[in-house]
Amino acid sequence: MTAAATTEAGARPLRAGRRPSSLPGVPSWLGTVPFLAYVAVFLLWPTGIVVVDSLKNPTGAWAFSNITELGNPLVRGYFIGSFKLSLLSAVAGAVLGAILAYAIASGNPDGVVRRLYLAASGVLAQFGGVTLAFAFLVTIGPVGLLFHASWYYDFPWGIGLIYTYFQIPLMVLVFLPAIDGLKVQWREASENLGASAWQYWRYVGGPLLMPAFLGALLLLFANALSSFATIIAWENQIAYIVPQQISTALSSEVGLSNVNVADLLALGMVIMVAIVMTGYALLQRRTARWLR
Amino acid sequence: MAAVTALNETPGASVGRPSGMQVRRRRRLNVFRYIIFTVFGLFFAVPLLAMARFSLEGAKLGTWSLTAWRDIASFQNSGIPPLISSIEITLELALITCVIILVLLVPTMIWIRLRVQWLARTMEILCLLPLTIPSIVLVVGLGPIYNKIQHYSLSSLMLFWIYVILALPYAYRALTAGINAIDVTTLSEAARSLGASWFTVMVRVIAPNMRQAILNALLLTSALVLGEFTIAYLLLYNNLQEELYSISRTTPNAGVIFSTSFAALLFGFVLLLILSFVGRRRRGRG
Repeated sequence: MTAAATTEAGARPLRAGRRPSSLPGVPSWLGTVPFLAYVAVFLLWPTGIVVVDSLKNPTGAWAFSNITELGNPLVRGYFIGSFKLSLLSAVAGAVLGAILAYAIASGNPDGVVRRLYLAASGVLAQFGGVTLAFAFLVTIGPVGLLFHASWYYDFPWGIGLIYTYFQIPLMVLVFLPAIDGLKVQWREASENLGASAWQYWRYVGGPLLMPAFLGALLLLFANALSSFATIIAWENQIAYIVPQQISTALSSEVGLSNVNVADLLALGMVIMVAIVMTGYALLQRRTARWLR
Repeated sequence: MAAVTALNETPGASVGRPSGMQVRRRRRLNVFRYIIFTVFGLFFAVPLLAMARFSLEGAKLGTWSLTAWRDIASFQNSGIPPLISSIEITLELALITCVIILVLLVPTMIWIRLRVQWLARTMEILCLLPLTIPSIVLVVGLGPIYNKIQHYSLSSLMLFWIYVILALPYAYRALTAGINAIDVTTLSEAARSLGASWFTVMVRVIAPNMRQAILNALLLTSALVLGEFTIAYLLLYNNLQEELYSISRTTPNAGVIFSTSFAALLFGFVLLLILSFVGRRRRGRG
């Protein structure tokens, strides 16, 4: 209370002194206009174009019936492919990443291993793209040095394995703070009350980590959903997932009749990602309650 | 970061406890940990090593040679620009994107913190929005806009417009951490009451105090630009990743794509090392 009053009193003369030098009559929000204009042109406008164009036919007339095309078996196939691949790589990445994160968290917090794995995770979580596909091509692909996996070009197994290469590090980065947040006191308390390790994880640790785990799972899912570079470098002939089909539709406007295919597929993706990210935000809020 | 530092003491305390039961459990845990570290270490290292080995492959299978590394400077396929030019343009793109982030985002964030607090929430939503809009979706919408840009210039450098947007979430989070760590209001009030202009407040008072956050933001931005493929490929521009992809389509298994990929990865790793080095020195001082 007193502190607030002092600041107020101290601020008053400052404000009086400030006024003449900031231009009179010019509202201070004008300073943010360049940024807002930039974002409007290069983020909001393109998104708006996608939404509006997906509801029009090529001649420019409104066609809300386009939405029903999302149920078209061909289109549905790409969404199912995207869903399969994202789910597979997210679940595998989340489970394996959680195990790795636990192994890291239970060690010396200043140890070399932890530093090494965290630094590597930072790099490898970003290491998607065409180079990742090249790396696996020469590891287990047709020219692989390790072995030639016959399932390398199988969807979703081959590409799913490649995806886990960046999903696991991402899981480590996202999930480690939650594991670090488990207080030793909770473990000690349950041990003092006679709980076994299994009981501790079943009734204390597990339930506490569950929202964080599910949230991270959703983030990984969204991450896989929007990946494009890796899969196009892995196999560019057959389209399995939505982004590949968007790419095809952009280069040749064939396929569904009378619909702005790329826009419609893009709208479908936006909806899918929006649902997933909303779930992530809700779970994140629940986790934040005990994390600090 | 806060969670990591705050918990520094706790596991250390549990190590020191001398109980037979605890020791046995601890030993079992350690065995489990080392198995995990080995398995995951191999999983992460082997593809990278395979790529490194392939980049050193000679003309005959199983021989060693540096040809692929020397080729980085001279490689050219018919129909596409030389490899080295796409490396140059990617580095230039990274530089331009960093500059725009610096002059567009940093002052706006400080300004909003100081004078237009009611816009803070909007700013956060706008900056994090690109995370939820896949870049393949952005490309679809950007088509018409880039048609207009291409009307004036066909250079791949024009990609920076959209790379700034892609970098926003990462730069924003890095900068937010920096702004929250210092008392922006007090600093600016002190400077203002001593007669500093707003420009001086930002450039000479606040920005130097969040040097590390700004550096973080710029390194993350560069890393993102170096690895970007989707937008360049679909808008028919040429950058490093797109070039590597085109080479792999025409001459599969060309050694040069592996040497360049590996070099790009090493470069990214160096960027991150710089980042962690600067971070540690800063923490040591504080």
